[in-house]
Amino acid sequence: MTAVPALSVPALSVEDLSVEFRTRSGVVKVLEHVCFSVDKGETVALVGESGSGKSVTAFAVMGILDAAGKVTSGRAMFGGADLLALSEHDLAEQRGRELSMIFQNPRTALNPIRRVGRQIADVLVRHGGATRNDAPRAAIEMLKKVRIPDPERRAEAYPFELSGGMCQRIMIAIALACRPALLIADEPTTGLDVTTQAVIMDLIGELAGEAGMATIFITHDLALAAEYCDRIVVMHAGHIVEAAPGRDLFAYARHPYSAKLLAATPGETVSLEQMASIPGGLPDLRRADLPACRYSGRCERRLDQCAQPLPQRTVGERHVIACWNPL
Amino acid sequence: MTEAVAPGPLLDIAELAKRFTVGSKQSLLARATSFRKPVAPLPQLYAVDEVSFTIGRGETVGLVGESGCGKSTLVRLINRLLDPTSGSIRLGGAELADFKARNFAANPHRARIQMVFQDASDSLNPRYTAADAIADPIRRLKKMSGPDLAARVEKLADMTGLPRELLSRFPHQLSGGQKARVGIARAIAVEPELLILDEPTAALDVSVQVVILQLLQQLKRELGMSYLFVSHDLNVVRLLCDRVLVMYLGKVVEQGPAAEVFADPKHPYTKALISAIPQAEPEQRVGRLRLGGEPRSPIDPDPRVCRFYGRCPKGTPRCAEDMPLLRPAGLARQVACHFA
Repeated sequence: MTAVPALSVPALSVEDLSVEFRTRSGVVKVLEHVCFSVDKGETVALVGESGSGKSVTAFAVMGILDAAGKVTSGRAMFGGADLLALSEHDLAEQRGRELSMIFQNPRTALNPIRRVGRQIADVLVRHGGATRNDAPRAAIEMLKKVRIPDPERRAEAYPFELSGGMCQRIMIAIALACRPALLIADEPTTGLDVTTQAVIMDLIGELAGEAGMATIFITHDLALAAEYCDRIVVMHAGHIVEAAPGRDLFAYARHPYSAKLLAATPGETVSLEQMASIPGGLPDLRRADLPACRYSGRCERRLDQCAQPLPQRTVGERHVIACWNPL
Repeated sequence: MTEAVAPGPLLDIAELAKRFTVGSKQSLLARATSFRKPVAPLPQLYAVDEVSFTIGRGETVGLVGESGCGKSTLVRLINRLLDPTSGSIRLGGAELADFKARNFAANPHRARIQMVFQDASDSLNPRYTAADAIADPIRRLKKMSGPDLAARVEKLADMTGLPRELLSRFPHQLSGGQKARVGIARAIAVEPELLILDEPTAALDVSVQVVILQLLQQLKRELGMSYLFVSHDLNVVRLLCDRVLVMYLGKVVEQGPAAEVFADPKHPYTKALISAIPQAEPEQRVGRLRLGGEPRSPIDPDPRVCRFYGRCPKGTPRCAEDMPLLRPAGLARQVACHFA
């Protein structure tokens, strides 16, 4: 018997992804050279301010970018195939079965005029190989799994009859119905109460762990990311500036932006006076002369060197930063 | 000029209640024409159920609880946008509960309570420039106009850190943080004594949130206002508030100094709430508590049953027969639980 530890196999590997949006006021370079991977059974958080490109990254991987968006370079390797090169038909086969997504607002993502049990059954019939006859029973099983009380009755409900937390559980049931290999959760708990948020996050974590699912979790809440994710990827203006295991990032963030983001996050031990904001804003991504480091305009540690193309530095185990003058 | 300040708390809420009548099986017409049998009273939704608390001068009180617990209704009652079913709202000695919400906009007390709304983008008139938005309440409530008004608006912009050159812009031309500043400037424009803040930073990024929270703290010090701060984000409540009120299904279940409540929550619901705050180092958390189930129905609740019964990890038969009342627990704290 060979006691070689199982090498972590990336379930999804995004390489050199760049995305542009064509708008009336010019081309917006929304993502540039984004590289990250998610292992089987691993949960990776994408964090950053609004406009940092978290959701666009997810949408590009899922092939659901807005018509104005265009992938200009890169690959997203998933199960031996490049998702970005798949035809719409092949991608549609993958989505729902292998790739799944939980959207931010369950009330707008669910079909308002279809009973929730039917919505789960639809996915099972389309992607899960279930027949129209046994799908309703399987849907009720899914409702049990996401711990909806009285599932037989709730399957007959319309989304407006359920609370926000319950709608989000329905979304999770739909997303996990076919046991996907990769789940993307885009701010799944924004707008929910903290008590509900905790229950939903536990549930996603549990079901993901059970099925060995890879999860990308998009959030702007660093504490939430640290509590539930194995690794955190920090994005700023379409660049990945730092990627590290959650604990390491909190203990010792090396990129100036990550450090500032941490200092702005309210926590248990800091007072309001100790907290600091991040000066400046995101650069205008339409500019033709965008600096190599898009944070350099806001950075206190800027050097002349920062005008050169960004380095990818490995500073610890699975800890990568893109900075010339790290902390 | 010395202003006579009435002794006692600024805001004194006593047994304030708001019940909404909800739909019945019988149509209104059928009820009106039903002569044969006496009709049962319509079901009542107990949104705010006999809530009492005070806010001192210069104090910041946090109001927390899950959606549907009655936070917003309570805020609308205090702000006199809704008429209470019963109870009293005394602001610096003046009873406000007797005024009708419909006419309150013209009431001399209107300027004393102002509000910063949750989403500045939704609460600013898209056809008003920042200057118009800030000037409007001053014009209406302080009857100011002309150069005085313009000077006052500029002063408010300076106080809230809004660059003067942005005053001529419309909301869609402003960033989230700038809109938040306009919302705050508008609320403090008429020098209120009580400022109600309904999740003022919920729509903002953390980097901007800090600045706005610090601004609010500074304004409170400079202007001596009292704050009622409604928020989902317990980490923000912890930062800003002196005292915290925890609501559950229309009732205040716990209140006390923020630091004490966060360090040692006594009510099981407060414990669950605090245990649910995301933490970067989860192993440092003491006790992990997750709530199952859904809240009880707020429609005609049984007055003997504790509102938290059914979701409460403690729940005993006694809780279903004898509703626990808010009672003192320690120096400045109150809890409504038999076991706290």
